[in-house]
Amino acid sequence: MQTSRTAHATLPRKPALVCPAGSLRALTLAIDAGADAVYMGLKDATNARNFAGLNFDLAQARDGIAYARSRGREVLMALNTFADARAPERWFAAVDAAAGLGIDALICADTAVLAYARDHHPDLRLHLSVQASATTWEAIEFYRERYGIRRAVLPRVLTLPQVEQVCRNSAAEIEVFGFGSLCVMVEGRCALSSYATGQSPNTAGVCSPPSAVRWEDGASGVSARLNGVLIDRYAPDEPRGYPTLCKGRFEVDGARDYALEEPTSLNTLALLPQLMDMGIAAIKIEGRQRSPAYVEQVTRVWRAAIDDCAAQPARFGVQPQWTAALGRWAEGQQHTLGAYDRPWR
Amino acid sequence: MKTSFPIRLPALPPPPAALRTLIARLPIQPPSRLLAAALNRVLRPRLPADAALELADRTVEIEVRDFGLRCRLALRDGRFRSAPDHGPVALRIAADSASYLRLLRGDDDADRLFFERALVMEGDTEYGLLLKNTLDAIGPLLHRPA
Repeated sequence: MQTSRTAHATLPRKPALVCPAGSLRALTLAIDAGADAVYMGLKDATNARNFAGLNFDLAQARDGIAYARSRGREVLMALNTFADARAPERWFAAVDAAAGLGIDALICADTAVLAYARDHHPDLRLHLSVQASATTWEAIEFYRERYGIRRAVLPRVLTLPQVEQVCRNSAAEIEVFGFGSLCVMVEGRCALSSYATGQSPNTAGVCSPPSAVRWEDGASGVSARLNGVLIDRYAPDEPRGYPTLCKGRFEVDGARDYALEEPTSLNTLALLPQLMDMGIAAIKIEGRQRSPAYVEQVTRVWRAAIDDCAAQPARFGVQPQWTAALGRWAEGQQHTLGAYDRPWR
Repeated sequence: MKTSFPIRLPALPPPPAALRTLIARLPIQPPSRLLAAALNRVLRPRLPADAALELADRTVEIEVRDFGLRCRLALRDGRFRSAPDHGPVALRIAADSASYLRLLRGDDDADRLFFERALVMEGDTEYGLLLKNTLDAIGPLLHRPA
């Protein structure tokens, strides 16, 4: 296996573009738009986007894999929630299903799921999900040595120098997020949604389960409630965000504002030369819950940018049309470099 | 059953305000029946069986804001049908015709329109999400005019 260190010492490595697919249609559009790999989940709580009407049954997964493989691309399966200790069989069955489908890699967070895959399907490639929240190279090495993970997806909490340090010291491939909605960024550890609804991404695969969300039109605007808890109130023409507690506006010390996080999207196009120079193996686009139109357009921009950067890294510049295209799809229509550019640690 | 999809439909300019007010006062049954017939032709054959079951027997109100047009539909006994003007609805959707056309052509993203308040969905959020995700997975119902 080529390590990041080896890649760093030679030519900058061209990272794989890993794109989201919430449906077979999104998968085919992502492939057609230039994704090197797509990631998808099954229609149950074994993945962190367990929403009604989203995701794949086995027949759709089979069709998607055939479509990708015939074009020389990969399909990764997100199996990244934490197994219910009372009934982990569903997660193990999903691992078996993924192996049976011939998936290119499983993206897992739970050590029980990783151990099951390692023991029962030793040839199945394992990626460590962002939900595992491994932020140091020592943590990643633990997962590599213990469970044989080949790649780790870094949580969106690290600064660029911290990412570089992980790349330099880890023998596993490193994948980073390139674009998509940001949340409060304690991946794998966030229980805010559970606080209001009893369900969270790690347990039920959902943040703000839709059955708990209510939008109410009133004289003072539109109120967003999560299981009765008022999380925001929007003026009639004010842009909205996803109805999550972390992006709500609350009164703190007499002022009403975003107490935790403002609705915004991560966009790291400007960091591409540095990320490639570090030997990043893959760049992930967030958004399995978004439409095929989003997937297609965002994939197209990132394909062009990665190819451009690989062809002439020293002369790479973010094209205005890329920024405009991505800005159109961003939550809150704001871009940020997120923690990569954060001055504090 | 003869099916032909996606269909081609040109965008129409919205009517002047006076006409819009008049349209808003007209009974909703004729446009609801027309829309139901169109959906039975272009959507129903592509609707997966499990989604059809989950979406059935709930009333959805669709408002085309710039036309002053309102329809109520329900999927009953396997067919889209117009629903009564009064009584509760599971979901109310409101947008301008241009937003609907962009969605139906697969050119836009419901979440993006929702962030911008170009698309309003009120009522049962889970039902709305199921409807959105089902339509996303099916793909465009309309083609751009040739």
